[in-house]
Amino acid sequence: MEQLDFTILILALPLICFVVLGLCGMKMSHKVAGLLGSITLAGVTLLSYATAAIYFGAGRNMDGIYQTITPYNIKWLPLGETLSIDMGIMLDPISVMMLIVISTVSLMVHIYSLGYMKGEKGFQRYYAYLSLFTFSMLGLVVATNIFQMYVFWELVGVSSYLLIGFYYTKPAAIAASKKAFIVTRFADLFFLIGILLYGFYTGTYSFTPGEAVLISAGAVIPIALGLMFVGGAGKSAMFPLHIWLPDAMEGPTPVSALIHAATMVVAGVYLVARMFPIFIDFAPETLHIIAYVGAFTALYAAIVACVQTDIKRVLAFSTISQIAFMMVALGVCTSTDPHEGGLGYMASMFHLFTHAMFKGLLFLGAGAIIHAVHSNEKCHMGGLRKYMPITHITFLIACLAIAGIPPFSGFFSKDEILVACYSYSTMMGIFMSIVAALTAFYMFRLYYLIFWGKSHYEEQLSQYNAGTLDKKPHKPHEAPATMTIPLIILAVITLFAGFIPFGHFVSSNGHLYDIHLDWNVATISVVLAISGIFMATIMYIKGNSPITNAINHNMSNIIEAAYHRFYMDELWLFVTKRIIFNCISRPIAWFDRHIIDGTMDMLATVTQKIGDVVRPIQSGNVQSYSMWFLGGALVILTALIVFA
Amino acid sequence: MNYLEFFSMLPEISLLAVFVLIFIFDLVATGHRRRIFHIMTSLLMLAQIAVCLSCCDGEQTLFGGMYHNNSITSFMKAMLTFGSLLVILQSHKWLRNTHSYYKQGEFFILLLSTLVGMYFMMSARHFLLFFIGMELASLPLACLVAFDKYRHHSAEAGIKYILSSMFASAVMLYGISFLYGTTGTLYFDDMVAKIDGSAMQVFAMVMFTAGLGFKISLVPFHLWTADSYQGAPTVVTAYLSVISKGAAVFTMFIILTKVFAPMTKEWQMMLYIMTVASITIANLFAIKQNNLKRFMAFSSISQAGYIMLAVISGTASGMTSMVYYILVYIVANLAVFGIIETLEHHNENVELTRTHCNGLYKTNPKLSLLMTLALFSLAGIPPFAGFFSKFFIFMSAFDAGFWVLVFIALINTVISLYYYLLIVKAMYIKPNEAPIPEIKCDPYSRISLVLCLIGVVLLGVCSFIYTSIDKLV
Repeated sequence: MEQLDFTILILALPLICFVVLGLCGMKMSHKVAGLLGSITLAGVTLLSYATAAIYFGAGRNMDGIYQTITPYNIKWLPLGETLSIDMGIMLDPISVMMLIVISTVSLMVHIYSLGYMKGEKGFQRYYAYLSLFTFSMLGLVVATNIFQMYVFWELVGVSSYLLIGFYYTKPAAIAASKKAFIVTRFADLFFLIGILLYGFYTGTYSFTPGEAVLISAGAVIPIALGLMFVGGAGKSAMFPLHIWLPDAMEGPTPVSALIHAATMVVAGVYLVARMFPIFIDFAPETLHIIAYVGAFTALYAAIVACVQTDIKRVLAFSTISQIAFMMVALGVCTSTDPHEGGLGYMASMFHLFTHAMFKGLLFLGAGAIIHAVHSNEKCHMGGLRKYMPITHITFLIACLAIAGIPPFSGFFSKDEILVACYSYSTMMGIFMSIVAALTAFYMFRLYYLIFWGKSHYEEQLSQYNAGTLDKKPHKPHEAPATMTIPLIILAVITLFAGFIPFGHFVSSNGHLYDIHLDWNVATISVVLAISGIFMATIMYIKGNSPITNAINHNMSNIIEAAYHRFYMDELWLFVTKRIIFNCISRPIAWFDRHIIDGTMDMLATVTQKIGDVVRPIQSGNVQSYSMWFLGGALVILTALIVFA
Repeated sequence: MNYLEFFSMLPEISLLAVFVLIFIFDLVATGHRRRIFHIMTSLLMLAQIAVCLSCCDGEQTLFGGMYHNNSITSFMKAMLTFGSLLVILQSHKWLRNTHSYYKQGEFFILLLSTLVGMYFMMSARHFLLFFIGMELASLPLACLVAFDKYRHHSAEAGIKYILSSMFASAVMLYGISFLYGTTGTLYFDDMVAKIDGSAMQVFAMVMFTAGLGFKISLVPFHLWTADSYQGAPTVVTAYLSVISKGAAVFTMFIILTKVFAPMTKEWQMMLYIMTVASITIANLFAIKQNNLKRFMAFSSISQAGYIMLAVISGTASGMTSMVYYILVYIVANLAVFGIIETLEHHNENVELTRTHCNGLYKTNPKLSLLMTLALFSLAGIPPFAGFFSKFFIFMSAFDAGFWVLVFIALINTVISLYYYLLIVKAMYIKPNEAPIPEIKCDPYSRISLVLCLIGVVLLGVCSFIYTSIDKLV
């Protein structure tokens, strides 16, 4: 379709914006830089919507599926007869869906940051990084082959690193950015090995290499796909590679909304979805392993989220848990037919879509709250519903959505995931239902702690009036319009996104699929969600209730362990610092110091000695030059005659 | 013979026209009219590039097969003309100073006549035409090297160049005479049938390659390089290091694959020795060099070794990767020399050493950045153009089965990284009380540096350039 030629602009605009802001950002005022970034992104968003309208508007082809379109594909690096690295743009239902998700959330974050980051040092740099990130993420989803995806995957990693470490004077931010980069990079190593294996045995980096090639590659395919999944697990923060995501909250909050809620962290899910046809036909066991990893992660993260005190950490663990939901949904697929075991694919993509919207909303809401009370800790909040009405309502909508209460969007997508789980095995269904109930519990715990209970501000104010506090506390205030408008827009999307007939656009075999609610599952999940909310209500609506205290007292060990995330970070530190550093790194370092450096030193000494010996050759004496010239030629001649 | 046929060699004819125009202008124009001399020459060169590119689709054979021009040759001519244009742009400041102002025309004329020689050298399919072209490309170069004749170093470099060049030509002629003696012809096409790999022909081939190896400055025929590069005016050094070298490499590829095709095994072995020696020995010398121009001389010897990796395969993909490598090398190397030229002028013509670069970033961030990118490109660091050009030549040599050679070259790449980064380190990290003060480039060199920058950044990433060269071969 020629009218889709403009899609190149979707990538070009943010890149140009990055270059312009990066090179001349410091010469611009904050306002100009911010507006430039936001307007560019608005353009990208419009183009993405236009792409979606044209793509889906063109209708299905003869086979009843939306055709995959490749408006651009150039051979970038020819590596061999068939193997080459291409760069291009590929449009199919999921990449078009991702274009919409990324551009929408990114636009909201751009607008929101105008208010949130106002007056920050390095404002222009911030917008340059945002553009770079958006460019890389868009490039990742429209990749025409696995290698292009990898290139952009790494770019995404770099820009995420830059954004997490944006406050580079804060040691915690630097540590967090390094941690995120190293952990994901470690995972990406497996991804790269997977890609190379895949390329070597199939002779192509294409997503659709053809049946015959895959069959001849045989047993390598599950291994290669499994290795690729490790890379995806790193980016998508699956257990045990999740450790970087909670720390990444050190970055500015809008960044967390964009990268660590809506877009980058779902890259792993997107990767599995991209490779889904190959997974289902050639590596179904690997797919089911993904399901188990996802299920465990979902439970683990949900438990940890129940006891965190930093509101962004709660959201971070909630994100890990929700992404695990999407992974599980993909993992429980047993065929490509959505009517027979392939429902999970559609459910996963649907949840990805709705989750991006409501989790973006939650993070932006959290940002507004942090902006108002200047703290991340729950003990500095409480009773904020009076002071921040808009934030309160939108946050509540998002909480209801993530808890899975109808008619909010999360209900529909989560319900499909649960149906897919029940159809895989009843155990899996029950397990994920429990996690869903936990989700409702911890989200409403968070909600009550922030907006209900005793107001920290009022307490401090009364202390001030009584004379025990010297400083007058700040009164929390509602955020400016640049911040509330994105909240409202996302809240509206969250309200209505559930009614999108998602199966009409995306399904595992590409055919039209009508979403219909499974009333048994729906009833169970709603009952569980409401009971979770109910538990949270009685425990947290009044601040310290007797039940809460009793539970805290009796289960203090578990709560302590969960608060410390079951000591996963400590375990990793033990493994890296004690085992890897001592047993592997030190011997290698010794080898490097003494053997390799020693060889190099010797080489250098020898070189210098040789240099001193041959230096007279370079004497500046033309006669001797001629002698060497002729002598060299004769030596070569002799060598040729003797050896050839 | 129809005289209109002469116009089949359009690039040469039009370059001669440019030459004549400049010659007449130099004679006629006086006073303030001479001010437009530089810009006029630049525009004429631009037109010449267009002419060469327009010849890119078609083949012409003239004089019974003595002269042959095909699409890749035309493209190569366009590339070299582009490189010369960059050199001309960079020469503006230098030509403005009192000593050489009145010699401006001479500089252009000498430069263009070498270019004409290279054109003929690349299109020659007959040893006589080839030899005339090569001499036409060599002799004026000696004048150029000695252009600052009142500067002791320049004069010395000139005399060294001309003596070594004469010697190399003599050796080469000796080789050609053996070829003529054993085959009875000087036409490439006729000669190839009579090449049988006898000892006499092996001797001829080695002598012939020695002569060309002198122009490319391959080890062991490289000894003149450092002295001439150091002594010559910087723009001339730049010209020597890319343009003259590029033409010679291209010609060597053609002659080895066309004439010596039956002796492929022998010349591959010969090149193998010369490649390993060039890369390794030049690297060893480069590490110890502190003088920037001498350093670049050894760097260019080692780069010549890398280009030989493309020649040694002798395949079509070798040809493509060689042309691509030369293109990338032109922009990267001319960027470095352009910066050296700029720095020299503002440093009262003191010979630059690495210590002069210390702390350059503080005062000249843009120049330092360009220098860094160009050095990265020369060292072959992704994502700059040099990475891709190295990648392609390694691929072509690898495909031809020279994987040990590729391995040796890879190790040497690491070594070369070390000495290129020494300069980067000097610019960014080494402290300096009195770095070279802020420099304002003249518009001409600014244009040329910007062109180089664009080349270094975009040539690699835009893959269609490689594929379109591939189509021309």
